[in-house]
Amino acid sequence: MNEMTKIAVQTSLKDWETDQEVRWCPGCGDYAILKAVQRTLPEIGADPAKTVFVSGIGCSSRFPYYVESYGFHTIHGRAPAFVTGLKLANPELDVWLVTGDGDGMSIGGNHTMHVLRRNLNTQILLFNNEIYGLTKGQYSPTSRLGTVSPTTPLGSVDRPASPCAFALGAGGRFIARAYDVSKELPSVLKAAHAHQGAAFVEIFQNCIVYNKDVFADFTEKANAATGQLWLTDGEPMLFNKGTQGIALDVETLSLKVVAVVDGDWQAAGVRVHDVKNRAMAHLLVEMPFGPFPMALGVIYDDPRPTFEAAVIEERTRAAAGKTANLAKLLSKGQTWTVE
Amino acid sequence: MATVLESEPEGHTGGSDLAPAPEAVVVRFAGDSGDGMQLTGGQFTLSTALAGNDLATFPDFPAEIRAPQGTLFGVSAFQINFGSTEIDTAGDAPDVLVAMNPAALKTNVGALKPGGLIIADTGEFNKRNLEKAKYDVSPLEDGSLEKWQVLAFDISALTLEAVKPFGLGNKEALRCKNMWTLGLALWMFDRDRQPLIDWLKGKFAKAPVLADANIAALNAGHAYGETAELSGPLKQYHLAPAASEPGLYRTVTGAEAVSYGLVAGAQLAGLDLFFGGYPITPASAILHNLARLKEFGVTTFQAEDEIAAIAAAIGASFGGQLGVTSSSGPGIALKGEAMGLAIMTELPLVIVNSQRGGPSTGLPTKTEQSDLYQAVYGRNGDAPMPVVAARSPSDAFECAIEACRLAVQYMTPVMLLTDGYIANAAEPWKVPDPASFAPFPVTFLEEPNGPDGKVLPYARDAKGARPWIKPGTPGLMHRIGGIEKNPGTGNIDYAPASHQAMTNARKDKIDGIAAGIPVQDVTLGEAGGKLALVGWGSTYGPIHQAVRRARRKGLDVSHIHVRHVWPLPENLGELLKSYEKVLVPEMNTGQFKTVLRDQYLVDAKPLNKTSGQPFTIAEIEAAIAAALA
Repeated sequence: MNEMTKIAVQTSLKDWETDQEVRWCPGCGDYAILKAVQRTLPEIGADPAKTVFVSGIGCSSRFPYYVESYGFHTIHGRAPAFVTGLKLANPELDVWLVTGDGDGMSIGGNHTMHVLRRNLNTQILLFNNEIYGLTKGQYSPTSRLGTVSPTTPLGSVDRPASPCAFALGAGGRFIARAYDVSKELPSVLKAAHAHQGAAFVEIFQNCIVYNKDVFADFTEKANAATGQLWLTDGEPMLFNKGTQGIALDVETLSLKVVAVVDGDWQAAGVRVHDVKNRAMAHLLVEMPFGPFPMALGVIYDDPRPTFEAAVIEERTRAAAGKTANLAKLLSKGQTWTVE
Repeated sequence: MATVLESEPEGHTGGSDLAPAPEAVVVRFAGDSGDGMQLTGGQFTLSTALAGNDLATFPDFPAEIRAPQGTLFGVSAFQINFGSTEIDTAGDAPDVLVAMNPAALKTNVGALKPGGLIIADTGEFNKRNLEKAKYDVSPLEDGSLEKWQVLAFDISALTLEAVKPFGLGNKEALRCKNMWTLGLALWMFDRDRQPLIDWLKGKFAKAPVLADANIAALNAGHAYGETAELSGPLKQYHLAPAASEPGLYRTVTGAEAVSYGLVAGAQLAGLDLFFGGYPITPASAILHNLARLKEFGVTTFQAEDEIAAIAAAIGASFGGQLGVTSSSGPGIALKGEAMGLAIMTELPLVIVNSQRGGPSTGLPTKTEQSDLYQAVYGRNGDAPMPVVAARSPSDAFECAIEACRLAVQYMTPVMLLTDGYIANAAEPWKVPDPASFAPFPVTFLEEPNGPDGKVLPYARDAKGARPWIKPGTPGLMHRIGGIEKNPGTGNIDYAPASHQAMTNARKDKIDGIAAGIPVQDVTLGEAGGKLALVGWGSTYGPIHQAVRRARRKGLDVSHIHVRHVWPLPENLGELLKSYEKVLVPEMNTGQFKTVLRDQYLVDAKPLNKTSGQPFTIAEIEAAIAAALA
């Protein structure tokens, strides 16, 4: 988000739909994410003329074609670099970067790291389905150990990357998680948009063709209470209808699940979520699902000056008092005259 | 051109104490990479320019920053050719070799002209350094240098003596050796020391003692030449200023000229400049130069890698600035896919390739022209892209402007080729008047350009160029990308007819540039005849001089030098067919020769060199003689 887009523009969900036929597989989680984004944009007062969706390559990267704004479908993994140039050329633009686990964590991992480190003011939506969809089902850098795929017929043997841990480690100042069909997704997107700087959102997305229901352990209605820990700044970290919570074992500096009796979370030692606590954020993004619920919502949000603001400030300072006189520049230094 | 120091009595312009002056002299300074030879050469160049001589230089240094001292591979050299006539090359063989240690002598003496002068620092010809240079016996003592004139004395000791009053440590004091040597060289060629003294005061403003010590060394070297009772080879020469067009002059390297040309090009287009780069030899200097020009609306971005550098530049172009990226061969290879994206999305972009020896890492600090195929053909798919090649450091200024013009007028990425030689070499440059270049202001689309208020990002103008639409413009929202698209709307479209139409449109647009560039001229000689030498890029100097010499001897040979390497000028085919023979000298194994044969079915013959060193004039003269024999 930026100063310009604070001036709210009146739009409706329909205004953000293009005339293009959406070409994801029927039932794909991407549909739900698209709708959530199109629902969020009017609510934040986004201006279609100043909004740009940029993507790399993969199923998720078709996204820009379906949003009635400016859009650019770049090449595999390079969207963060493209966005960096775009934002430096015009910082007024409100830029959303759409990527996937292959695009953003594998071929483009380097650029993901640097866009976060530099803290470019953009929203990064990483659709994580733990598989390569567009190339027909090969395992991805986030696939779990033992994933059977055309390239790993006996099961994958390399350990998966954790996108949020990666993003935090790269210096990210906003880290959030949600999943495709969650009704909380728009509020997470809004928080990401409100954050000044690189806002990283991992969205678990169900690839119904190649990796169906791989997140069902926490996304299914029946598993939601025990499997989802929704984080809210200033609120205790409770789940399972308030009967369980997350506490800190100060001896081992690790998290633990505690039982909450009669709603007395304080007595159980449940921590209050603080989005500015970076150390806690590291523990939350690394919290293993299974023994723990999946940490969802805004995990970390502590802004600091953006890259483009620093570049502009430096450029302004360097140019202060100087005129762009090319003739003068060319004849600078030691010269001589031939009569 | 270079002549033997003492063989040409004509042109004697100095006073009675001066030796007869030749038309031109080639001096090579060679020493350890830590000896400051590039700096010495650079300052000698400046003094030469201020004396009004025409000049060309050739810095030749190792890839290692600080190679082990005294070793053969750690030798750094700087060659300058200067004179009172037109100078186009750094000279074939040096007349004077300044060798600061045995390794420098060993690696450079072979190039020295018979009868040429060796100035050697005996202080460095000790047992250890001789061993490192693989000499069993000192060459200064075993008679092996007898075909040259040798002037050997202890420069190290003389320097230490000169800087004694300043109380420097031994190591620091010895660092002043290069200034002592420069002082001697200034005396030899009757140069004013004051500009150097001013420069040293500026350079060491924060350490006046070092300034004083270096000035003392410079003066001592100069005084040594002036007062020492030297019989034999050391003489003073005065070369008359070269006849040049009146005007204001400065020296310029190719890297500087490219930087200034890009700034000028962006100004002529009415755009801000975005430069995405990643450090690589020998291209980094452009990024360094532009990083200091922020007041010209220049944003420089040191990206995380070569791919990010070009991707960011494409992003900036999409955003409405002039995106530029720069690299050398290996980095250009990495940018290949993104170039395709710029071709597909038809956005302006300038890609500068300062070529070096390849393949792979190859020869980072040596020059070659072996990326021509890469520039013209090196992308997946049918991906045509214009290529402009600079022939000299100063020519790089105009070529950079031309690359910017083609990029914005045809909505296309453009490759600008220079090479390691052009990037590093300096030559005098008549400072151009930026106002003398015709502006080519960009017009962005502001209103829908299709029926019923529709936006057609891929509607084309008469040149085949699509409109440039800046995000942020109300009502013109559209989506583009690297995927094949509908010829008008730009929406995804894989239909056979659409891909055929778009492939044709991309090709026709680039082919059509041939009608928008100057026709090919004959640089020297006539249209038609027995032999044409066709060059591109930095072979200009040696080809030009070789053809000039051959023509003086009455040979029917002409020189054609091609700037627009792709697409080629419309008349080039006919022009080549007007010669009985066509010879293409290039620093590769025959790439442009192949392009010419393919395009025109002419029997172009190759003349190739891939040693990492520029052609000598003599090599090309010999090839002319052989072709006409």
